[in-house]
Amino acid sequence: MFAYVLRRLLYALPILIGVNLVTFALFFVVNSPDDMARMQLGVKRVTPEAIERWKVERGYDRPLFFNAAAQGSGQVTETIFFQKSLRMFTFDFGRADDGRDIAQEMRDRMGPSLALALPTFILGLFTSVTFALILVFFRASYLDFWGVVLCVAMMSISSLFYIIGGQWLVSKLWALVPISGYAPGLDAARFLVLPVAISVIAGVGSNARWYRTIFLEEISRDYVRTARAKGLSERVVLFRHVLKNAMIPILTGVVVVIPLLFMGSLLVESFFGIPGLGSYTIDAINAQDFAVVRAMVFIGSVLYIVGLILTDISYTLVDPRVRLE
Amino acid sequence: MGFLPVLLWTDVLFFLLLAIGAATIVHVRREAPLRAAWRRVGSRPSGMASAVILLAFLAVGIIDSFHFRPQLPVANGAAENAPAAYSSEVLSALDVLLAPLRTRVEKTYSAPFATELYARETVELPGGGQARIYPRLAWGGSHLGEATGERDADVARRIATGVAGAMEAWLAVVAILVVILARRRRRGSGMLEAARALWRGETHLAWRAALVTFACVLVVTILAIKLAPHYHVFGTDKVGQDVFYLSLKSVRTALIIGTLTTLVMLPFAVALGIMAGYLGGWVDDVIQYVYTVLNAIPGVLLIAAAVLMMQVVIDTHPQWFSTAAERADARLLALCLILGITSWTGLCRLLRGETLKLRELEYVQAARAFGVGTSAILRRHVLPNVMHIVLIALVMDFSGLVLAEAVLSYVGIGVDPTTISFGTMINMARAELAREPMVWWSLMAAFAFMFVLVLSANLFADVVRDAFDPRRS
Repeated sequence: MFAYVLRRLLYALPILIGVNLVTFALFFVVNSPDDMARMQLGVKRVTPEAIERWKVERGYDRPLFFNAAAQGSGQVTETIFFQKSLRMFTFDFGRADDGRDIAQEMRDRMGPSLALALPTFILGLFTSVTFALILVFFRASYLDFWGVVLCVAMMSISSLFYIIGGQWLVSKLWALVPISGYAPGLDAARFLVLPVAISVIAGVGSNARWYRTIFLEEISRDYVRTARAKGLSERVVLFRHVLKNAMIPILTGVVVVIPLLFMGSLLVESFFGIPGLGSYTIDAINAQDFAVVRAMVFIGSVLYIVGLILTDISYTLVDPRVRLE
Repeated sequence: MGFLPVLLWTDVLFFLLLAIGAATIVHVRREAPLRAAWRRVGSRPSGMASAVILLAFLAVGIIDSFHFRPQLPVANGAAENAPAAYSSEVLSALDVLLAPLRTRVEKTYSAPFATELYARETVELPGGGQARIYPRLAWGGSHLGEATGERDADVARRIATGVAGAMEAWLAVVAILVVILARRRRRGSGMLEAARALWRGETHLAWRAALVTFACVLVVTILAIKLAPHYHVFGTDKVGQDVFYLSLKSVRTALIIGTLTTLVMLPFAVALGIMAGYLGGWVDDVIQYVYTVLNAIPGVLLIAAAVLMMQVVIDTHPQWFSTAAERADARLLALCLILGITSWTGLCRLLRGETLKLRELEYVQAARAFGVGTSAILRRHVLPNVMHIVLIALVMDFSGLVLAEAVLSYVGIGVDPTTISFGTMINMARAELAREPMVWWSLMAAFAFMFVLVLSANLFADVVRDAFDPRRS
């Protein structure tokens, strides 16, 4: 097990290097730092001095790969590639445009993101599986038909409308919870109830439909027929046999997103003013803070790769037929 | 007045896509298995109904894709043989059709069917003094003059005549269809039987569902023609633009994003996917590595990074674009490309897996044993047998992309702010719910249009998948 995880981690390294190269190419080769400076400074304030100052402030005044002016190992380390790209592997992301340390900011914001994403994830999974089970229990009936229609209709609504509509209805019209904001500690609950509920509802449509197909696939297996043949009631068959086996594809399918929960949700966080990583990213995009966007891309990829490894491990935990080699 | 045709890049690709679609139809008619699969699509009521609605949207999108620059009136004192000057504003055929909606701009918000502005304004009374009143709209219900009390009766009359007209046209279409169906039935006893089969929904293709949907589309269209030139049926937005006009213009953007994204990524995904699956070895390793890397970056972040960089490129090269529309169009196309780059990996992996299976089948091995070249095998034996996966991916991705456009535009990494799209509409409308009194119609219009479009795309995609996926039949 340990050797396997270690090997997977080693496999992950080339992927991370690839991600790093892609972001480096996107941010420094497609455009020169001069172009970025011009873009961010705006048309009016562009002077050669201003561009130079902008680059020095952010450490973009070095050559890309090879610094002929430096001495010894400095020829390699005093470059944009080393300072901005390779340093990410030590989780050193430098400073944002407002002067704060990006890594520190990320640590601070992970808490609120997780406080929103974790309940959403657990409740969402529970709601969708329950809904799908009900549909499967009443399969080939009107309830099933209209349930699926409801799912398709729900997944045809943009998540923006769920958020805007929910905020308007619950916060403004009924005034049950604050429209937006956040407070640390247990106080956070009253700010988080609505965003969690909205995220769960917005996801139920597509998830429940997907789980329903998984259940239906499982229900046509031989062991289900055997279970029925030996006289088990439909409820026992469904909840004890089918549910257990169908959870294998469902669980392994959702494990990959668990690490990504740290990243938070862009839309919900920005609408509800929750100071998590999602709203951090949106603010960075709007302010064109390239350093923050670059750091988020890197962190996101790391978390995704962690998710892939967890998926492989979870297969062996829930499905004894799969063995790690 | 003359005009200068403008061919935007997205227009070119959109028409290319339509040409490919037409060629596919010709191809399908010749191949029995494909014809049978499409017949399965047509035999499902939800397939026919959603196809009708999608075709209606497509018609709007196509009309909106003929762009031109109108000629400016000759200035006084200009030389006789001076070259014609063209406006820098790029219009489309749809803009011409909707000219009354486009040009009749009010001052600010007005509710649907309103004859007055939504907010009070202080006006100078003719006899001196001031009053806070709701000013009369410049265009909304202007044919009523001062008799704004007759608005409800006028609207009701227009709706009645509109529905009646729509029904007449619809009955004519039904009659034509009955004649055609009766001709098709070889041993049938003519019209009556054909009509009865149609009424009971017993025709081979689900014509009844199609006709009912068509009736709805027709009623909506004719009501729009009757009402929209005289009232703002969905109200006006903050700068007084007609919301119905904005909604119709958004349709093209949504269609372009939904279809071109898949089109631009298709050659890569197909070529790399079947090459990785068929050739194996280091080619497979390299291709797998590339798509794993791209997959590892969370989609939104990759899109954000790429769009930010593309914005820099576009902003630093203003000389590439002669009009603002061309610049906005370049950004739309770039967004399609970026979305394509982030989303081709899924299709590529599916194709690789399918090709791995196909490679071991007898007919491919026989071809190899006969000495058929690798490229010929890929083209003749592998490609046609993975096309159903491509088609399913194409229709399945559409609705997701339309939804993604709205979210991305909201985040600020979507289409150009001057491009009319559902995302920009929602973005502008979201602050309006907090207003007192509330302005709800922009959001409602965007919601209604998007919901109908995405819902019919989802239904259609399901039917296509059921018909073409061998595991589901």
